[in-house]
Order: sequence, then structure tokens, then C-alpha cells
Amino acid sequence: MSAPTTWTIPEVQAALSAKKISARELAKEFYALIEKRNSELNVYLALSPERAYAQADKIDASIAAGDALPSLAGVPVAVKDVISTRGVPTTCGSRILEGYKPAYDATAVERLEQAGAVILGKTNCDEFAMGSSNENSAYGPVRNPVAPEYVPGGSSGGSGAAVAANLAVVSLGTDTGGSIRQPGSFCGVTALNPSYGRVSRYGLIAYASSLDRIGPFAQTVRDAASVMSVIAGRDPRDATSSSIPVPDYAAGFNKSPAGLRIGIPEDYFGEGIDPEVRQKIEAGIRLLEKLGCKRVSIRMPHTDYAIAAYYIIATAEASSNLARYDGVRYGPRVPGSTLIEMYQKTRGHGFGAEVKRRIVLGTYVLSAGYYDAYYLKGQKVRALIARDFRDAFEQCDFIITPTSPVPPFRLGERTANPLQMYLADIYTVTGSLAGVPGISVPAGKTSKGLPVGLQIYGPAFGEDIVLSLAHAFQHAGGTNL
Amino acid sequence: MKISREDVLKVAALANLELTDAEVDAYRGQLDDILSYIDKLNALDTSEVEPMTQVVAASENDSALGEDVMVRADILTEVLQGAPDPSGPYFRVPRVIEK
Repeated sequence: MSAPTTWTIPEVQAALSAKKISARELAKEFYALIEKRNSELNVYLALSPERAYAQADKIDASIAAGDALPSLAGVPVAVKDVISTRGVPTTCGSRILEGYKPAYDATAVERLEQAGAVILGKTNCDEFAMGSSNENSAYGPVRNPVAPEYVPGGSSGGSGAAVAANLAVVSLGTDTGGSIRQPGSFCGVTALNPSYGRVSRYGLIAYASSLDRIGPFAQTVRDAASVMSVIAGRDPRDATSSSIPVPDYAAGFNKSPAGLRIGIPEDYFGEGIDPEVRQKIEAGIRLLEKLGCKRVSIRMPHTDYAIAAYYIIATAEASSNLARYDGVRYGPRVPGSTLIEMYQKTRGHGFGAEVKRRIVLGTYVLSAGYYDAYYLKGQKVRALIARDFRDAFEQCDFIITPTSPVPPFRLGERTANPLQMYLADIYTVTGSLAGVPGISVPAGKTSKGLPVGLQIYGPAFGEDIVLSLAHAFQHAGGTNL
Repeated sequence: MKISREDVLKVAALANLELTDAEVDAYRGQLDDILSYIDKLNALDTSEVEPMTQVVAASENDSALGEDVMVRADILTEVLQGAPDPSGPYFRVPRVIEK
């Protein structure tokens, strides 16, 4: 069988059932593609062929025996390197976890394998998921498969690029302030950040625990829904995972979106948005209107405060979560004459510039005398942003925004000024603070051929309707606006 | 100037983080920019607002408090293998208490 340029989950299922290819052959084909392109793109930090082939052989045995196949049987998957995989190196893109092999699997990984998925390896990312360009990885940046001189977005740049370059059929990323949606937008693939609490965080190495989420990258909305059906749901090992039942995410895919109200926040289309991005998003909105959606103008009055609140809360939580990397239990150690000196040297040497910057900022905003002025204030502003979303969803069913105000930028173009990099997260951090689901779907390309993403927000635990509308958009040709 | 070199050094010490002189200077300037930007929050009156500490309210999550059951992990060997200076079943560190 000649290799298609891309594979979707239904294509894998059809090829396996028709015995046109075995699960082992499919895994081999993907490893051959990775072998060919990884030195250029730097997508994978570690591969797990032993584990992948063992799983593929199990699927092939099931096929030979004529058993019913689970939903992701034989589907090659990539996993972001901040998600724990037993026995497979998991570095979080950091030198401080070089050589670390977790002793257990994250729940999301366990569930993927139970559903028959074949884990190919671990994808590159910004160190500890801190970044918007993947340039903060200790193992070098990922290149955007669409335009190799450009960044793939971050922090889940490797997971976005893996799907865009067909080096995995689907992948898992994590999103704290936009780290799934923005690289989805930059790489031109579908990327879902589910509601906070929808997917277990067990085994996800923490950056900011009140914001961190796991979600899928895929070629199509349908594939993202298939992954969600497997990974979503209550897990007793994550106390913040919700027991709200998981619906059939593809059930509404044939329903017309006619009559649904799409909210367009005036506050999101002010200064700072690239004209070509604006033009594509407006075209996307018109396409949704053509499908029968009703356009509603809404206000999100606290938007302008979101970045400030986010960088207080996220760095405060990070400074606490990252205290555990001290050279005692895992990763390399830099010796010191005292315990404290050993900690200081190990951390000073093991963390990269952005991680240290955020630890310093987070420690500062939590320190005596500043807690009320910064951290408490940040949490109060977070409440106001969540209220903006609740109020908006009284007037509309969805909120439509650009995923990023700018198209992908060149490698190195924005590294000099961290604050400028932070400000470009505006459309994604709002939803992160509010806890609501958001999906980025491809919405055409700029004149230079760089992908633009349209974001659809829905109310908390409204993944089913968000996915349905995104599917309708994709089905109606939104990808090629 | 909101933040001095001494502030950066004090915070780095609290975070057990060794910084080079160049890092201290770079972070001082960058943190100053970021903290000045964050000051825009002061324009908002939040005196009547309750701080939001988590997204999922306890009432929405009926099973958040589970039974306290002990489960054997049996991963001691794997965990110690990944440690920089294991001395089974312990992690060895520089001496903390003098004789």
C-alpha cells in the first residue's frame, strides 16, 4: 500500500480492518518518516519503539483472531514530554530531568494504550511547558513543518508539529495559558484544550496546577473527538478531575449549527491584531453565519487584565511546583559542600533562562509583604474574568476569537523581550483562567502561506458542542478560507 | 524602579536558585518591566470580589474526597535507579546535621 501523505483515525481503522497494512507495518512506516525528518524538525526527544511494537503486535494478534478492535487500535500517537511514560525518558524539555524515566504512566497515556493506541515517543516542548515558541527547550527549538524558518508555537510545539508533519496521527499536548491551541494554530492543525477537570492530570508534570490541562492535536475535529472520548473522565488519582459523565463527542456531528448564537467579543478585536489574521477570522465568522449561526456582539470587559493576572498566578504556582527539582530524587546533581549549596547549584545549572525568570517572579509575588498586592489580587481578577465568560454565555452559545493575534514568527525574532512574548497569549489565557474549553481549528493561511487558527470557546464541560461546531466549520471548508 | 539587585538576590535565595551576575542584571530589568505591567491591575476595584482559587467547585465534584486506601506501588527499584546518589532504600545527600 502506498503511504498517504497524512493518516486520520478512520483511515487507520479501515486499512487495518481490510488488512491492507498491519499495525506493526504502520508503526514502522511512522518510525521511518521520523527517522527521515526528525533531525531537521526536532519534533521528538525520545522514541519508544519497543513499547510501540509490543502494542502493535497485540493489535495485530487481535486482528488475526477476528476480535473487535478498540477505538484507537493501532493509531500512532505522540506524547508531549511533560506527560509521564513508564520507562520512557520524560525530561519536560529540561536539563534538570535529563535521563529521568518515570516509574508510572499518566492516566491519559494509560487510557490511550487501553484503547489500542501505539505510543511512538515523546515530543519536544518549551521547558516545563513555559513558552509560546518552543524556543525555551533545553534540547533546541522545534521547526514549524509548514515553514521551517518559523516557530511551531509553544509550549506543545513538538506535539503540534508531529501531527502537521504526519509524524504521528494524533498527539497529546498540555495547555496552561494557550500551549495546545497556539501551536495548533501555528502548525495548521486541530487542537483542543478541554475544560479544566475534564482530563485527569495524574502523571502530568505540574507547571501551574490550577490551570494545567491535557488535550489532543489532530488532523480533523473528528479525530480530536475520538481521542477525547478515550482520555476524558473522572480519575480517582486526580481529585480535581470531574465526575460529570463523558458524552459521545461525535454524536452531534450531523446536526446543523443553524440558530446557534456565536458571540464576537469587541474587546478582542482592538489594537495588536495582525490585519491578515483579522481578515481570516472575519471570513471564518461569515462562514459560520452562512451555516446559520447568529452573530451576537458581546463585551468581555476584563480582557485587558488577563495577561497580568495569568502571569501572577501561573508563576506563583510554578515556583511552588518546581521546588521539587533539587538533585535529590531524580535528574543530575551538581555537588555542593552543603545541602543548600547542592540545591542552589543543581537548580541554577539545571533550569533554563525562562524557567528561572518565572521561578524568581513567582517567588517574588508570593513573598512576605507582596502576597496581597499580587497573588491575592491576581486571584480576584481571575474571578472577574471567569465572570466575563459566564455573563457572555448568557447571551451566546459560543465565543469566536483568533487563537493568536499574530501568525507564526521567525525563530529568534521575539526572544529578546519576554513581556512582548507574554502579551501575544491574550486570546488563550482568558479561557485558561476561566476553565472553559477552547478549540483552535485551521482557518486559512496568510499571503506568506502561514497558518491562521480560529478559536471556539464554549461553556465549561461543553466540549461536545464545541467539537460539533468546529466540525461543521471544518466540514464547510473553513480550513481553506 | 520597582525591583533592585538585592531583591532579585533575596528571592533567588528563597527559591534555592544560584544565579550568575549577568542573570541577576537581566532578570532585574525584565522583572521590573513585568511588575510595572502587572501594576495595571490596581486600576480595578476588587474590594467586593472573592478570590478564585480553583475552577471546579467542590459541590460540582461529589467524589473529590475518596476513601483513604493504601495501595502497594512496588516501584522502589525503578525510583532509586533514577536518583543521582541512591543508597537503597534511601537517597543520599550532603550531611545536614553535624556530629
